[in-house]
Amino acid sequence: MSILVNGETRLVVQGITGHEGSFHADAMLRYGTNIVAGVTPGKGGEWVLDGKVPVFDSVASAVEMTGADTSIIFVPARFAADAILEAADAGLDLIVCITEGIPVKEMLTVRYVIERHKACLLGPNTPGILSPPFTKVGIIPGGITCAGNVGVVSRSGTLTYEVVHALKLAGIGTSTCVGIGGDPIIGADFVEILSHFEGDSNTESVVLIGEIGGRDEERAADFIAEEMTKPVVGLIAGLAAPHDTRMGHAGAIIAGGVGTAAEKVAALEAAGVRMARSPEEVPGLVRGR
Amino acid sequence: MRLHEYQSKEIFTEHHIPIPLGRLAATPEEAKLIAEELHGPVVLKAQVLVGGRGRAGGIRLVHSPDQAEEEAAKILGQRIRGVPVRRLLVEEAVNIQQEIYFGMTVDRARGETLVIASAEGGVNIEQVAQVSPEKIARVGVDPLLGLREFQARVLAAEIEIPRTLWRAFVAIALNLYAAYQDLDATLAEINPLVLSAEGRLVALDGKIIIDDNALFRHPTFFDKRDLSAEAPEEIEARKFGLSYVKMDGDIGCLVNGAGLAMATMDIIQSKGGAPANFLDIGGGANAEKVTAALRILLADPQVRAVLINIFGGITRCDEVAHGIRAALEEIETDLPFVIRLVGTNEAEGQRILADAKLETAATLSEAAHMAIRRAQAQEAPV
Repeated sequence: MSILVNGETRLVVQGITGHEGSFHADAMLRYGTNIVAGVTPGKGGEWVLDGKVPVFDSVASAVEMTGADTSIIFVPARFAADAILEAADAGLDLIVCITEGIPVKEMLTVRYVIERHKACLLGPNTPGILSPPFTKVGIIPGGITCAGNVGVVSRSGTLTYEVVHALKLAGIGTSTCVGIGGDPIIGADFVEILSHFEGDSNTESVVLIGEIGGRDEERAADFIAEEMTKPVVGLIAGLAAPHDTRMGHAGAIIAGGVGTAAEKVAALEAAGVRMARSPEEVPGLVRGR
Repeated sequence: MRLHEYQSKEIFTEHHIPIPLGRLAATPEEAKLIAEELHGPVVLKAQVLVGGRGRAGGIRLVHSPDQAEEEAAKILGQRIRGVPVRRLLVEEAVNIQQEIYFGMTVDRARGETLVIASAEGGVNIEQVAQVSPEKIARVGVDPLLGLREFQARVLAAEIEIPRTLWRAFVAIALNLYAAYQDLDATLAEINPLVLSAEGRLVALDGKIIIDDNALFRHPTFFDKRDLSAEAPEEIEARKFGLSYVKMDGDIGCLVNGAGLAMATMDIIQSKGGAPANFLDIGGGANAEKVTAALRILLADPQVRAVLINIFGGITRCDEVAHGIRAALEEIETDLPFVIRLVGTNEAEGQRILADAKLETAATLSEAAHMAIRRAQAQEAPV
């Protein structure tokens, strides 16, 4: 099994007729994901991806007609907050927002509303979620990992690819690989995903990939110490990063001296997490349990 | 996007937050004229976007229009941390009785806007926050309700503002929050908010940062961005959708993805090397983007070797390899390159690089190791 997505997932793609949306919807379909609908306001009634997927004008109508339970969002940043709210309003359980660059103020409101709907939001600015061998809801390249028993949760994109690829080369597969997103304000945090992995019978150990900024890794360390029975291997990026500097995506901000890489490493180590110093060390530490 | 003090104060005025009387001057003569208008002692404040301008001599109190002209000439000619001073704010001097800190920002850990106040404002506020956090009062803001009056009163009481000034403080607090919301700011700060000897609250200095992701809603700010106050290589990087931060080492790094870029820098450091920069080229890596990135990276005279680390996911390795080749045909350099390409169409990418006689590494640690060795083998730059 896996967490959050599996063979039963019925996916609706918001922004399916856009450049990104259509490209990745095609890739997800080829991977084996069950895409039941697309949404583009004003293009309801069309069929896309060689006539395999119907397009609707709204998420609500897509849900009504197809029983979709999960959404993935590829709409441009200025419309993406609204797209998340529309998905939550339509009652979807899981919403994955790939879009990057949503104004942080909008996300404060979105997060507040998401909590009220009890929906799970991954992202924004996430590569999505992948449960090999058949279910991909996102843009993680399917070929870089295979089915297995390691759960992976990360704030990064390509750094995650690097780690799961290193695991695959060492003959280790993943149960589910989850990107929670690199923005300052996101939906699900490490703790929420860790608790899913703790309860998943197919996940034997977990790899947590964090980076400088925020306090999410510190909260994860508390949760691991108190609640988790499964072994966790960690990797934190940003030890060599200068303090107080914006590093590419908004996620990498050190606010007021908290959230340095060294503090995060220390907190996770104190919680019994074995820390890798580079992606290449992760497979050995996962094996070493 | 960070606003200048004078821009922040324009916004304060629009939102009915009291500021000292004064105007902007670009020449010593203008400074003199403004000082004449204001009568009495005035303060000259250099308008630059770097911190510590007071310690660098960028703020001066003068007692006559002639002295204003004289001192303005000195400040306008100088550079503060490398940034030339082009404009001065000339303001009436305020009789300071107490300096309060008042500000608001997005607290990512709590997932809400946090409003902060302290009775001990001024230049040492960060030190106060570290040494005696109990002197910092804070309230979280519900995004649907906004900052409420009672919350502002709680802050006023906690930092012991005289009761007679609560109404004035609450008005400033709510008005600053309104500005913060209207402008999609991620930071709005009055430091110090001065309690004057005359018993008034006045915003003596202000700082506003606007969320770059929300600038599309504020087109007028595009023209207000002061490019002369920013590092040219960072402006150039932004133009191509790259993100670049200069550091002090000698190994130039070019990586796709911020997390992987930081991990690459970490490996270089853990092996005894020093990264020259953070450079994330983002998704996709066509020749144009790679060329722009390399040009920025190689403009740094400290760079003695270049490490390119690309994990091809959606980005195809053969495309990146073509991009690197095209870039190197355009840019002349004798510096050693170490390239690691992994992922989609890896074999094809490797072949293209091998044809161009470029050195490749199989793993990240091997790449870091090679780059450090190549950098050490180079002569120190003259």
